Amino acid sequence: MLEIITSILVRTVVAGTPLLLGTLGEVISERAGILNLGVEGMMSLGAATGFIVTFTTGNPWLGLMAATIAGALISVIHAFVTVSLRANQVVSGLALTMLGLGLSGLWGKPYIGRPLTTKMHAIRIPVLSDIPVIGKVLFYQDPYFYLSVALGILVWFLMKHTKVGITVRSVGENPKAAETLGINVARVKYLCVMAGGAFAGMAGAHLSTAYSKSWIEGMTSGRGWIVIALTIFALWEPSRAFVGAYVFGGIFVIQYVLQPLGISPNLLAMLPYATTLGVLLFYGMSKKGKRRMSAPATLGEPYIRGSR
Amino acid sequence: MKRIEKLEMKGICKSFVGVKANRNVDLTIEKGDILGLLGENGAGKTTLMNILYGLYMPDEGQVLVNGEPLHLKSPKDSMKAGIGMIHQHFMLIQKHTVLENIALGYAEAPFLFPQKYMRKRIEEYSRKFGLEVDPDKKIWELSAGEQQRVEILKALLRNADLLIMDEPTSVLTPPEADELFEILRKMIGEGHSVILISHKLEEIISICNRVMVMRKGEVTGAAEIKDVTKVDLARMMIGREISASYEKAALEPGDPVLEIASLSVNSDQGLPIVKDFSMTVRRNEILGIAGVSGNGQREMVEAVTGLRRAEKGTVKLQGREVTNKSARTIHNLGINHVPEERIKFGTVANLQLFENSVLKKHHEKPYSTNMLMNYPLIKNHADSIIEKYHVDAASINVPVKNLSGGNMQKLILGREIASEPSLLIAAHPTYGLDVGAAEYIRKELIHARDRGGAVLLVSEDLEELFQVCDKIAVMFEGRIMGIVDPSDCDIDDIGLMMAGTSVGLKGEKN
Repeated sequence: MLEIITSILVRTVVAGTPLLLGTLGEVISERAGILNLGVEGMMSLGAATGFIVTFTTGNPWLGLMAATIAGALISVIHAFVTVSLRANQVVSGLALTMLGLGLSGLWGKPYIGRPLTTKMHAIRIPVLSDIPVIGKVLFYQDPYFYLSVALGILVWFLMKHTKVGITVRSVGENPKAAETLGINVARVKYLCVMAGGAFAGMAGAHLSTAYSKSWIEGMTSGRGWIVIALTIFALWEPSRAFVGAYVFGGIFVIQYVLQPLGISPNLLAMLPYATTLGVLLFYGMSKKGKRRMSAPATLGEPYIRGSR
Repeated sequence: MKRIEKLEMKGICKSFVGVKANRNVDLTIEKGDILGLLGENGAGKTTLMNILYGLYMPDEGQVLVNGEPLHLKSPKDSMKAGIGMIHQHFMLIQKHTVLENIALGYAEAPFLFPQKYMRKRIEEYSRKFGLEVDPDKKIWELSAGEQQRVEILKALLRNADLLIMDEPTSVLTPPEADELFEILRKMIGEGHSVILISHKLEEIISICNRVMVMRKGEVTGAAEIKDVTKVDLARMMIGREISASYEKAALEPGDPVLEIASLSVNSDQGLPIVKDFSMTVRRNEILGIAGVSGNGQREMVEAVTGLRRAEKGTVKLQGREVTNKSARTIHNLGINHVPEERIKFGTVANLQLFENSVLKKHHEKPYSTNMLMNYPLIKNHADSIIEKYHVDAASINVPVKNLSGGNMQKLILGREIASEPSLLIAAHPTYGLDVGAAEYIRKELIHARDRGGAVLLVSEDLEELFQVCDKIAVMFEGRIMGIVDPSDCDIDDIGLMMAGTSVGLKGEKN
């Protein structure tokens, strides 16, 4: 029994890792006021790029780097269209999803079905990994897990305790106020969108080089959309992104555990979205919750300099 | 950094497409001064201050600090020079704490834990100037007065020696205003100086040591406060020369159309702003409402047109009670309204001209039947408005936002007058318009009166009121101070009433 639980938890953490990375990225972008619905596309491009580079160079770290850069680069399109041209963020984000899925499908075609021979080795942290259950779950994982946790803490710290965090949040809340205090709003928005893209790229690389160690078209299978839901679930807080990512990761794993017991997998696949609705409902009921729940005030709105 | 001992603006001129907002304006302020800048809306106060704050570049003239010329190209430059401005609408981030708001963009704050650093600075400044505010509270949890203190702290921490405040008390309760004045006094004690833009004579007299009055882009008076009275200030604000009035048919006022009795209305802040207000407007009559803005004119109009709740009292239209009826009901009963912000409330800027021409009637026959719009008829209607009211537009198929202010206003007026309402309420209908368009609009108001309608005209332009109205009521602090006949009255009396002194006609104050 203990072994089953341990194995479920281990897999939960693995399944939650790309969700955590993606959500952190989307939180950064949305905090600066830019809704990026292109996560699915950026993630997919990251997965393809990560796989191709790892496959050809034999170095998964290079794959991760390439995927991060690819995600950041493709997101520049979204930043340009929404920040510089002030176009509709929803439309641009959806287009980005399609572009990312298309490009990754095209470039990844020759690599379908080829197994990856090299992979990142799990890191065993001495002593701590010997603790029953938790040791295996938290201290004997592949480097992606540690990376995502470190990044999560970093993003939380940056947002809460540094000048950069105040700047980013202010740009999303009241760009005009930020501008009058000498902040370059457009630059902040560009950088945040690119950070979002980079995180989505990493999430993709995790899927293709660590999670399944192979590439197939459409392997992100809706994780990009879950990330969007998770961002709301997390109420734009990096700390809650952890909770969300692992809860939803757990739901992924539980699908497979419960399926033999006769519970419809479709019903379980619905769970992440139902949970998000539930959270919104829960916070929406109370007045205090509403305050906390509200999205960055100018999320989705183009900012026009010098307008009144 | 050197402090501002003396700041001068010399010969400032600024025009916006055809309108001279500032004409050869001089201003001097020295360390320790609180200078009141007084004037009606549109007198050019805000333009002048935006020049000083680096938002606009002047066409002519220069700004000197301690005798040396200063080149202000953006707010950054003026901030560097020690000039801070607090806008009427606060530039604060509602969801952030006071600390975070003040730390935003603050160059000296460290990268890590800026909040900790700011806390010390804020405490230091709070003590020095009596600016009490809880640094850990979120902005939305604060009252307007506290939010204003955050803005002041923000400016002071950025080394603002000269603080420009745009109507700072308009959002405050009276005790909060007193606290603000206490803070300002402490500031000048520390060698700062303040420019206070205001409409309120009382306020200027009580807090400022010097005053400058502007009217139509020019300085009409500057004085030490100890040498002037409220009445002097009112006189400087309204000017003296009143040109001849427009031709009007000699008509006796007819039956009452609008009867307001003991109306009380609350402001956005929930405080009483219209108090026990009574007034009658008759057929064939234009009644003007004069008064310094912010004395309840807007709220009174909103209550009459059904846009704001009347707390007490009654509004009757041709004997029929319409108090607190919906705006649509009131409109259908025959009160048409030309609201004060034409872009925001008078039109739907992105809809096309012909669509705007039937607003408020678009849901009724003949413009629509069974949910289907009758576009040919609507377009005919729009064409006739354009022709009759000389709206200069490329076509009726352009979005209304492409029209100039004057043409937009003509369209609104045409729409409201076309159905020959029993009462037309026009609030600042010529505000910001060029002379030609303003004149046209005034003539149309007279036309509506001659036709047998009643007109209620709210305006800050006393000249306009004198030219157009049959009677002028002066409003002060939500009450009518008196009603005068423009053809036979002393302009000084109006000045007195605007300053809150009744002249033995109807008011009860003093």
